[in-house]
Amino acid sequence: MANQVPLLELKHVKTSFKVPQGVLKAVNGVSLTIYKGETVGLVGESGCGKSTLGKTILRLYRPDEGQVLYEGRDIWSYRGREKKQYTRKVQMIFQDPYACLDPLSVVSDIVAEGLRIHRMYEGQALEDRVTELLQMVGLGREHASRFPHEFSGGQRQRIGIARALSLEPELIVCDEPISALDVSIQAQVVNLLKKLQKEMGLSYLFITHDLSMVRQISNRIAVMYLGSLVEIADSEDIYLKHYHPYTKALLSAIPIADPAVERSRRRILLGGDVPSPVNLPKGCSFCGRCPDACDQCRREAPQLREIEPGHFVACHLAGAKKTVQK
Amino acid sequence: MENRKLLEVKDLVVHFDTFQGAVQAVRGVSWYLKEKETVAIVGESGCGKTVSIQTVIGLNPRKNGSVRGGEVLFEGKDLLALTQKEMREYQGNQLSIIFQDPFTFLNPTMTVGEQIMEPYLLHSRASRQEARARALEILRLISLPNPEETMKRYPHQLSGGMRQRVMVAMALICDPKILFADEPTTALDVTIQAQIMELMNGLKEKLNTSIVLITHDMGVVANMAERIYVMYAGKIVEHGDAETVFHHPKHPYTWGLLGSVPRLDERIQSELYSIPGTPPDLIAPPKGCAFAARCRYAKQICRKCEPPRIGFEEPEHYAYCWLNHPECIRRNGVTVREEE
Repeated sequence: MANQVPLLELKHVKTSFKVPQGVLKAVNGVSLTIYKGETVGLVGESGCGKSTLGKTILRLYRPDEGQVLYEGRDIWSYRGREKKQYTRKVQMIFQDPYACLDPLSVVSDIVAEGLRIHRMYEGQALEDRVTELLQMVGLGREHASRFPHEFSGGQRQRIGIARALSLEPELIVCDEPISALDVSIQAQVVNLLKKLQKEMGLSYLFITHDLSMVRQISNRIAVMYLGSLVEIADSEDIYLKHYHPYTKALLSAIPIADPAVERSRRRILLGGDVPSPVNLPKGCSFCGRCPDACDQCRREAPQLREIEPGHFVACHLAGAKKTVQK
Repeated sequence: MENRKLLEVKDLVVHFDTFQGAVQAVRGVSWYLKEKETVAIVGESGCGKTVSIQTVIGLNPRKNGSVRGGEVLFEGKDLLALTQKEMREYQGNQLSIIFQDPFTFLNPTMTVGEQIMEPYLLHSRASRQEARARALEILRLISLPNPEETMKRYPHQLSGGMRQRVMVAMALICDPKILFADEPTTALDVTIQAQIMELMNGLKEKLNTSIVLITHDMGVVANMAERIYVMYAGKIVEHGDAETVFHHPKHPYTWGLLGSVPRLDERIQSELYSIPGTPPDLIAPPKGCAFAARCRYAKQICRKCEPPRIGFEEPEHYAYCWLNHPECIRRNGVTVREEE
């Protein structure tokens, strides 16, 4: 990764919301870099702040602290036209293919909306561009005049992808684009995203809770828990070498499609649910569910450390010799 | 396993009338369930798996004659011949169901405790005290943290995993003989999914409940099921015990399903295998094999005649596919595509 150009840099980003019970720290100090042409998989359970992070990148939420740098410039320092330019360069694909398309617009209008706003094409050229986009995602011209309800989930997700691609973006935030789809369709969409990346040099932030699928598309994987990143590693590596107890538990929770393997596997079962991100406790956010938690974990929050080249872990115990005091 | 058949579905046909014509959701499906067994019905959305079990426990409206044929024998009794009132004796009692979406199945205006007690109060004529005690017992069994507090809460105060546990508790309170689980873990996170799978596997031991599992997640199937029915476009295309179906699948659709699941313990592939196209329209299902349009091995005969049931060495392993027919052209033992 050494000679790559960073496209987007997050520096200690914190995004929080005021709720009646206190302050909900959805994203709590995340630093992450996405390089050009790279796919970063962001994995975590629901409620861990991964969608909030995605929306912070899109400039939909303003971070309380920290910076989001796009090509080296803070996205909140943009003025006037730059703001609009940014909304063109960074796009999003949403989770729910049933809710993210306007039911009253036909597909061609849905795909063309961004092009009209940015005045990129007009008249016949606009129509041609829409047809081209639909063909790029495996749909045809005949689909352009139909309404969203006439399509299946996989096809709708393709429309969402065509809409995201229409503005020739550089970075696409994919927020659980496949979790609402059937397995056979999931593979189709993942292959499509891979193909488009190759053709157009896109970068993706791929948000999901499905570690086995995200491994297939990402170059690097970041594991998130309660607003912080706990482990970042190459996706080839992460199944073989993982240090954070949460990553271990996540990996062991995923069933493997083979009854013989399943029978012989030992599962690390995490007790309970993700705790509430309102008024987070001091110390490591995972220590309540961690089987190895020690006093140090309850006292101070661990920082991301580079344990091996390119492999970062936020755990006091990772890599250390077993000097666990209970 | 020499257990007797607890439930047997024979040639079930279910159609739904729509303005475009009848949707042939289930087109002649036969399967059975033995005592203390977990059977999985696997397939994509829209293949009729949910409809077939909803018909079994009588959740489909009967007025428009949606059930067009077949029998559902539960302990020798045909459930389809019962009136709705008679059927109610079974629903939530001996036959209970867990639904997919933990966010919509609970009544938001009732406490969780009330909802768990409700089926027990209806079916056993127990007093409220007894029902409460029973509900607490069940909640402890499924290891829900502090059950007494939880009973007083409303659904919106619980997380997704907790709600799914409440649903399991509701389904189990009457000690059902069969638990139908319709995608019980699809809406949950993997860590919670692991908890629920563990829970359901444990229940079989503790309560002698048989489970019919419906899912499209082959990982969940591998973890829970003993036998598997693969369903496509309203029909069963392959059946066998779990090991056989996973290790020696005989139907191209099963190959596709298994192939499109990336495995954590395998290397990263440059391109995932996917089944091209989408399932057929069941208002006018195709002639011949319904999978032919998406099958890369399809021959002329596949588009013209329906494939027969062909059995294999393993007992009760069968598939509906022309590729396995003894007269099918093979080269080096491998079936090849016929030149057209």
